[in-house]
Order: sequence, then structure tokens, then C-alpha cells
Amino acid sequence: MKNNKPALLKRIRESRLFWPLVALALILITDAIFAPGFFKIGILNGHLYGNLIDVFNNSAPLMLVAIGMTLVIATGGVDLSVGAVIAISAAMGAVLINPALGNKLITNDILTADTTNTPLWLIILADLGAGTLCGLWNGFLVSRGKIQPMVATLILMVAGRGIAQLITNGQIMTIYYTPYFYFGNGYILGIPVSIYIVAIVFLLAWFLVRKTSIGLFIESVGVNAKATYYSGISEKNVKLFVYTFCGFCAAIAGLILSSYVHSADGNNNGLNYELDAILAVVIGGTLMAGGRFSLFASVLGALIIWTFTITMYTFGVPANALLAGRAVLVLVVILLYSDYTRRFLNRFLERRGSRHGATN
Amino acid sequence: MTTTDDFILSMKDISKSFPGVDALEGVNFSLKRGEIHGLVGENGAGKSTLIKVLTGVEHPDIGTIELDGKLIQVRSPQHSQEIGISTVYQEVNLCTNISVAENIMLGYEPHRFGSIDWKKLNALAKNALKRLDIDIDVTQPLGNYPVATQQMVAIARSLEITSAKILILDEPTSSLDVNEANQLFDRMRKLKSEGIGIIFITHFLDQVYQVSDRITVLRNGKLVGTYDTASLPRVELIAKMLGRSITDLDEVSKAKFTGEQKEGKKCLLEAKGLGRAGSIDPFDMQLFANEVVGVAGLLGSGRTEIANLLFGVDTPDTGTLTLNEQKVDHFSPLESLENGIALCPEDRKAEGIVGDLTIRENIILALQARYGYFKYLRTQEQYEIAEKYIQLLGISTPSPDQLVKNLSGGNQQKVILARWLATNPQVLILDEPTKGIDVGAKAEIQKLVLDLAEEGKSCIFISSELEEVLRTSHRVVVLRDRKKVAEYPGDVDDQTIIQTMAGTL
Repeated sequence: MKNNKPALLKRIRESRLFWPLVALALILITDAIFAPGFFKIGILNGHLYGNLIDVFNNSAPLMLVAIGMTLVIATGGVDLSVGAVIAISAAMGAVLINPALGNKLITNDILTADTTNTPLWLIILADLGAGTLCGLWNGFLVSRGKIQPMVATLILMVAGRGIAQLITNGQIMTIYYTPYFYFGNGYILGIPVSIYIVAIVFLLAWFLVRKTSIGLFIESVGVNAKATYYSGISEKNVKLFVYTFCGFCAAIAGLILSSYVHSADGNNNGLNYELDAILAVVIGGTLMAGGRFSLFASVLGALIIWTFTITMYTFGVPANALLAGRAVLVLVVILLYSDYTRRFLNRFLERRGSRHGATN
Repeated sequence: MTTTDDFILSMKDISKSFPGVDALEGVNFSLKRGEIHGLVGENGAGKSTLIKVLTGVEHPDIGTIELDGKLIQVRSPQHSQEIGISTVYQEVNLCTNISVAENIMLGYEPHRFGSIDWKKLNALAKNALKRLDIDIDVTQPLGNYPVATQQMVAIARSLEITSAKILILDEPTSSLDVNEANQLFDRMRKLKSEGIGIIFITHFLDQVYQVSDRITVLRNGKLVGTYDTASLPRVELIAKMLGRSITDLDEVSKAKFTGEQKEGKKCLLEAKGLGRAGSIDPFDMQLFANEVVGVAGLLGSGRTEIANLLFGVDTPDTGTLTLNEQKVDHFSPLESLENGIALCPEDRKAEGIVGDLTIRENIILALQARYGYFKYLRTQEQYEIAEKYIQLLGISTPSPDQLVKNLSGGNQQKVILARWLATNPQVLILDEPTKGIDVGAKAEIQKLVLDLAEEGKSCIFISSELEEVLRTSHRVVVLRDRKKVAEYPGDVDDQTIIQTMAGTL
């Protein structure tokens, strides 16, 4: 039994989730020491509230995008357009909700009335459809056009915000429609609706990659695309799928975000989400070169980013210093993940372990 | 005549192994002053490793190197240049956008009052080229000159900056036409007369005979021998490169496939006038059940091209391919997989293994591709399949969850074989299945191929080792210069095949 202990410790340390969990624990411990109120969860009007609930609620869109981004990165690609896709999806929703749509007579009363001519299901469908189409476009450029992923998705990253502004006619469009607010602000059994959405998408993605062969094919393409092709797998279709799925995920994120802020803003919806999503995936330990991936680790990565952000707010760090703070997080993460640091830490831990063994 | 004292370089008992493969085993190599020495061998023979050891890119595990009678250790490529060994690689690695003179003197520019002395630099460069009888405007960008001239500039640079005693030319003629190559050979002879020893690596045997004094043949990391060019007939050279010596593969035997048997057999694969421009000229080929067809040919004769065409990696532009009496009209690996053809590709690392995945995942990959996205094999089934083939093929590993990149070359090859056997193919194309793996594993794979044929499958066996092809095949197809030139029954003698390959029959 005694012999099992170091082996178990080693297994835990080599697990994919070990480092993300350590990072999350470190942030939470800091909170526990310096901001005792951080963990307080209360009930207000029948829903839970508190910093931790904020963390979950705020990180929901990023978690969604991170799930899609994980699959793209696992094939050795990257999708820079997710932020722009969020804006397109938000703009689609806002424009369809707008009761003036198709009406010649526009008055302020109509624009601020809590009604819409479009059924909710159609709004959702249009949101998700637009995002999925964007993903499909990226997928075609990468798989059929053989354009490097970074360049291919850069096109939509730049063009996407313009498209979003075209949809909303260059305006920041305020949304007045209560049912739509449900996705970003609603609660079921006291828990934010957005968390349920993340759970559903996560389960869907998990089912796709672990219960069908897509996950294996994605990893295989990421490790060696040529050998995968020689094995009779259409690497093109695998790539097409991951970009499309990533667009789908970004569209849901756009739905939640626009619902949360009650507006669609082509310039600011989902700003920098591509970078945060890549960061979340990297924190989760998936290599940018492709190959092995873990959806759960990426979701943890998104959670870490937002726990860190909310922590900074709690400490009273001004909003304009936030990015500098994030830079520190990025630096620490990258250092933690470098082979050199890991070797050093592993050696350190092993030496400690063997000394323990000797004293027994 | 040169005497034995004239050895400028002698490498003794050089061995170098990489994980899973012995790249060099006790190789001796010597170079005389004022000699052009041809170094030949098929892919994986160890030519490039030997050169890397000599130029300090790799360090030998054992063995000694003597330069001018003094024992030396080559620490790095830079060190090798300092001691007078210069190398010109196959691809000209100079900068085409700067002038010829700058290219020649790069890093060794003469200075005057702290800045580059351009006049002197150009004069030095001009001088360096004069040594090779070349008179061009050295202030022009290198890219303005043809590749042949660029090659000369590369040689001039290596001679100028190192006062070279030994010049290594690695496939220098691969991008030159006949006239340009002849010009190069004139320069080589001139340098030879100045007392420089030249090592000439090429797979053009004509050129070896045209210019070299002696020839060293390597095969599978071992020295076959060093011969005077004048006393080594061409046919014999090819035989030595391909290897006919009987090794410990004797347990492999085959039931000969006679003409009468063939009549009743089912034709599994038939290619009619199948060809692809720039790849392989149209050829006919038939493959029957229970049969192994060997493909023999020198490097670049179209061996791999045939495999890629039959498997659908490349799309043919003429001819037809019939499988099980059904015409194939869509060419892709997936289509071939569904038609029951499998290919173990030549380049194991780039086209075969998926290194960061486990043995289990590598083995089920093709089978899963055939089942598609939604019929995912349960983990239990995956392990069963993996275990079955690990046992069947004798893959030595502690567990099916081992990453494939950690296996030796032979075991990796077996994993790829397992990947295809799991799909239960009727036709198995093996492109260099024994390349870079040890003798024991080679024999196992050859035996496996014959066992498969006995079970009713048929194989196309492509190998650069003629002996191996003859040992396993019931029929042999011979290729030369991207053409199918002959087809022999399996009991043909190796001389006939060698002469066919050399074009002297």
C-alpha cells in the first residue's frame, strides 16, 4: 500500500487536469485569505448571488467558445474569428427582434415596445444559423482552400465586425424583449440559465468526441494529418467539422452575451474573445500544435480566467488596469507550462517524495 | 600512382545508432589525396549518416577519424570547416538576393577602417571563382545565374573560406542537366589535380563511373566494400547495392506459384494502361489471389509511385483499375479501404504512424475510418483488437496504451501492418516494409507476407533489397526510369533482374 502512494501522486501530477486545478486553487486560496467575502453566496429574489455565481455567469460565453476552440486547436489550427462571429450572432438577434423590421412606419414607441414580430425560435435559429455558417466558411477556407488557419480565420475576424455593423445598420442596437433576456439573465432553480446552456453544449461536444469516432480523428489529424489521410480518414471533413462546430459555439456565446447586455454592438460584442479562448485552451494544457485535448480542462481554463478577473475586481483593481493583470496571469501560465519549469518542478517533487520514502 | 601514405582521411570502425536503428555499424572509409571517391547506396544505407559524422553534425558512438594521419574529433560543422572539410549540399543553401561576391565571402568579409572593403571583397571572390575557371560579374545578385553556376559559387565559397583539404559533394548534380554536370566534373578533376580529396555522393551510377576513381558501397548501415572503379562492372555494383548475400533469413520459404494454378485463380486487381504524367508511365499489372508480386527497381524508378497510384493517394490520368471485377472510378485512400486495398507507405514517420497516439488508437484507425463517424468501436473492442494484433505480430510493448512514437522502427512497422490487417484487406501493398528495421524483424515481416498470401490475400511487395523481393515474391515486376520494363516469374535469377534494372539486358 505504501508503495502505491507515490505512484498515485505521480499519476495525479501527470494528469491533464492537475495544473489547471492547481492554478484555480491558488487563485481561490488567495481570495480566501485576502477577500473573505469572496465565497459568500446569498439568495436574493429566489436566485443565488455572490462572487462565485458571477464567475460562472460571466465565464459561460467564454466556456462555450473555449469548447469550440479546443477542437480547432486539437487539429493543429486556430480560429481567430470567434469574437467577430459573436458580434454577427448578436446582431442577427437584435435585428430580428426589432419590431420595426419590415415596417415602414417607425416610431420610438415601436422601437422600445417589449414586443417583436419574429417568433423566439426563429430568432434563436437565425443566431445559431449565422454563426454556424461563419464556421462553415472558415472550414471551407482551411480544408478546401488549403489556407493556413490563422490567415483564413483572420479574414472573418476583420470582416465579421463589418458584417455585424451592416446587419445593425451601423447602430448599437438596444434590445427590448423580455423573453430574449432569459438566456443571459434568467434563472432555473436559482441557478443562471447560461450555466445550463454551457452544460448542454459541453455534453453535446463530449458525446461527439468521446462516443463517436470524431474525437479520435481530430487528435489523429492534429498529430499527423498525412498519416491520417493515408489511413482512409477524410482530414478535410474533420477540419470542416471543427471550424463549423466552433462557429456554432461562438454563436451561442453571442446569443448569451447580447441577451446579458440587452444590446448588439458590432464593435464591442465579444471583443478579444478569440484571444481569451485561445488562452483558456492553452491553460487547459492542449498544445497549440494539435493532438491530445481535453474539453473539461479548457472549460476549467475559462473558469480560471474569470475567477482571476472577478478576484481583481474584488480587490478593487481599476478596470483599465485589468489587462495588465491578465498579462501577469498569461506570463505565469506560460512559465508554468514550459518544459523547463515542469522538469524542474517534477524533479523537485520527486526528490521530496523520495526523501519522505527514506524516512519511513 | 598513389601510395598508401597518401591517405588524407581514414575513418575506422565508425558506428552510430539512433533509437531503434543502427545507422552505421563498424564502417571503414578512407580517402586519398587527389582522389574522387564515389559513395553509393540505397536510401537508408548510411551515406548521409557517415557524412554527418565526418562533418560533426553527429558524433559517432565508437570509431576513430584520422585526418592527415592525426587522430581528430569533429566537434561541430563549423569545426569541420576549420580543419579543412567542406561540404556542398544538394540544395544550394546560399542567398539568391545578394551578390555573388557577398555569398562567397559571407561572414569572412575583409574590413577596412571598420567597414567592409568592397573592392577587396569583390577581388577575392573573383579570384575564388577563377580557381574553378569561372568568369562572371561577381557584383550581380546570385539569383541572376543558373543553378549550375550557383552550385559552382557554393563550391567556390567552401574552398575559399576553409582552404579545404576534403570536399564533400552531396548529390550535387540532382538539379543539373548533362552539360552542366559535365562542367562540374571538369572542375572536380581540376581540384583533384590540386591534391584535394573529393567525396562524391550520388544515385546516378553513370556519373559515378564517369568521374570517380574508387567507389565505396554501403548497405543497411554496413560497409559492403571499397572498389577501384575500373575493376568493378556496373552490374556487380548494383548487385552490391541491393544485397544478394544470404543472411539469416533462410527460414522464409515460399510455395512457388505455377502457371496452371494461376488459371483457376481469381484476379483481384487489374491495372490496364494505368499511368500518371510525371509520376509513372502507363503500365499493366494483374494480381491474383494467394499471390505475392514483388516490385524491383532502383531509387527513383517509380516504385512508390506505383503504390500511390494503386492505393488512390494519387489519381491516374490514363488507364483503368479493376478490383474484384469492378472498375474503380473514384481514387482516394478511403475508397481503396472500402474496396479492400491497403497500403503500408514507404515513409513510416510521415505517412504511417500517428506518433502521439497510443498503439491501440493507431491500430484501430483505419478500421474506424471504414466504420465511419457514428459506429465508434467500444473501448473494450478496441483493446481486444489491439491485443489480438500485438500478440499475432509479436509487437513488443508493455501495454496497448504505449505511445507509438516510443516504439522501435520494427515495432512501429508492425503497428501499421496491424492497422491494415484489422480492416481485413484482400490486397496489401507494402512499400519498403522492412526499411530501417533489424534483421530479425525483417524475417518476421517477410514470413508474415507469405502467410497472408497463403490465407488467400495477395500482396504487392516493394523493396530496394532485391534479395528480399526474390525471397517473398511469386512474380517480380521490374521498373526502370518510371516505366515497367519487365515481369518475371518468382524463380528468376537475380542476375537477370539486375541486368534488367541496369538496362543492359
